[in-house]
Amino acid sequence: MTVLRGRVLPPLIAFVGFLATWQAIVWIGGYPTFILPGPLVVAERFVQAWADGTFWPHLTTTLAEIAVGFTAGAAAALPTGYVLARSRLADRVVSPYLVAAQAVPILALAPLIALWFGTGLLARAIIVALVVFFPVAISAMVAVRGIDRRLLEMARSYRVTRRQRISMVEIPAALPGIIGGLRIGITLAVVGAIVAEWTGGEHGLGVLINLARGSLFDIPLLFATLVLIAIVGIVLYGSVLLVERWVVARS
Amino acid sequence: MSDAPPPAETAIRLAGLRFAFPVDGRRVEVLGGVDLAVERRSVVALVGPNGCGKSTLLRVVAGLLRAAGTVEVEGRRVAGPDPRVGLVFQEPRLLPWRTALANVAFPLEVAGRGRTEREDRARELLGLVGLREWAGARPAELSGGMRQRLAIARALALEPSVLLLDEPFSALDALTRERFNVEILRLWERIGSTIVLVTHSIPEAIFLADRVIVLSPRPATVAADVLVDLPRPRRLADLDAAVVTRTAAAIRAHLAGATDDAYAVAAGEVGRHEALEEAPR
Ligand SMILES: Nc1ncnc2c1ncn2[C@@H]1O[C@H](COP(=O)(O)OP(=O)(O)OP(=O)(O)O)[C@@H](O)[C@H]1O
Ligand SMILES: [Mg+2]
Repeated sequence: MTVLRGRVLPPLIAFVGFLATWQAIVWIGGYPTFILPGPLVVAERFVQAWADGTFWPHLTTTLAEIAVGFTAGAAAALPTGYVLARSRLADRVVSPYLVAAQAVPILALAPLIALWFGTGLLARAIIVALVVFFPVAISAMVAVRGIDRRLLEMARSYRVTRRQRISMVEIPAALPGIIGGLRIGITLAVVGAIVAEWTGGEHGLGVLINLARGSLFDIPLLFATLVLIAIVGIVLYGSVLLVERWVVARS
Repeated sequence: MSDAPPPAETAIRLAGLRFAFPVDGRRVEVLGGVDLAVERRSVVALVGPNGCGKSTLLRVVAGLLRAAGTVEVEGRRVAGPDPRVGLVFQEPRLLPWRTALANVAFPLEVAGRGRTEREDRARELLGLVGLREWAGARPAELSGGMRQRLAIARALALEPSVLLLDEPFSALDALTRERFNVEILRLWERIGSTIVLVTHSIPEAIFLADRVIVLSPRPATVAADVLVDLPRPRRLADLDAAVVTRTAAAIRAHLAGATDDAYAVAAGEVGRHEALEEAPR
């Protein structure tokens, strides 16, 4: 009971307060639905779109892009981060490009990638991977650099091979930092997927936003889609937290 | 002591050991020609002022640093990290994500021993240092003294013939420390390895060691080699014996000329050579 009161009640109250404020703004301002629909209208539209299957193809498309892009981006970023941390040369040669690539907004890059790779899963996954890569690589680099040198010397005194050093000392020691990067990466992956979908294509939650705003002119649907995107972000972030908890408990 | 005893009886032989750290561009001499022979199954204590190079000397003997000169363990050269030498660092250096048992099993895992062998041996070692009940605890759940004992157990995992202890109990309160010294002697009697330990406590050095080596300030050389003529097994009450007072006085006399760098500078006791090294460039 107290757990319920302590953990669940405050966010619940905050959420209800948020919805009430939203509704109040709509009432007081007297905005029409096509400018700012109230939470009840949006909730209704959400349920309807979910039930009649409007969301389904778009949601699965977006999730597939995130899954492929995030996995590929993180898989490439982790070894890169490690090498950057351990090789001064690699850091000097590669880091400027990384930072430069990061400074170019993905919004500007997305049409270019669409031009080269089309508007299918591949192009979108590439964009997601690009967005995920930087925070994961940097956090892995910082985490590996931060490993206590004295632990490494201890390991060396027992004649660890390079592979043993990586798997038995460096990875577990860097894991909290790496997971922190994955947390940032997964939320950026959602943004990346939506941005990628704006460049065209038939399905995807980003496409649905464009449709709702454009040809369908269904503003409640647009809001309902935003809500769905937010839920996707929360669920994915939550699953990274679950993985983190599992890893921490196991190690 | 430089007239060498028969090789089989010598656990560690150091001859003309020189070592320097590169510190922004210049070389800071830490070991200035250390000669030392340690008899098999004996306990030798190293004392010397802060920063004189005691830890460095142990790391050289353990093969973690390569120095000019000779380092031999049991008649064979030490050319890198060496399984015949177990080093317990000044801090426990445990892996925080591993349990006590898994920390002790770490060297065995690295050496590729099988799972059951690892567990059995690690449990045995935990028992040896009195931590049998703590097998599943993480380092963060252990007290400072328990962590140090865990580090000792880990260093014993590969059955080294030489155990190097770098101020193993410096973080403990005086009473616990006395108790641990008794434990160390008991452990030593059971495992029968040669022990070299660094300490800043003269009574501790006398209580534990057969010989106390006094090192000079950096660059370290052997300033004195004091025999401790106290029978074994030793008890804490022995520390009141007249021999102890005499031995302590002898060690102090040698250490007096070998005070802490900073203290020596402040007291204007540094020789010309050192004064030059300390001077700002
Ligand atoms: N990695 C390093 N790089 C440069 N200099 C070092 C390094 N490690 C130690 N030194 C220097 O070498 C000297 C000897 O250090 P060492 O740790 O061996 O001293 P110590 O006798 O163990 O001191 P303490 O009693 O404080 O533990 C010191 O002056 C120290 O500053
Ligand atoms: Mg030291």
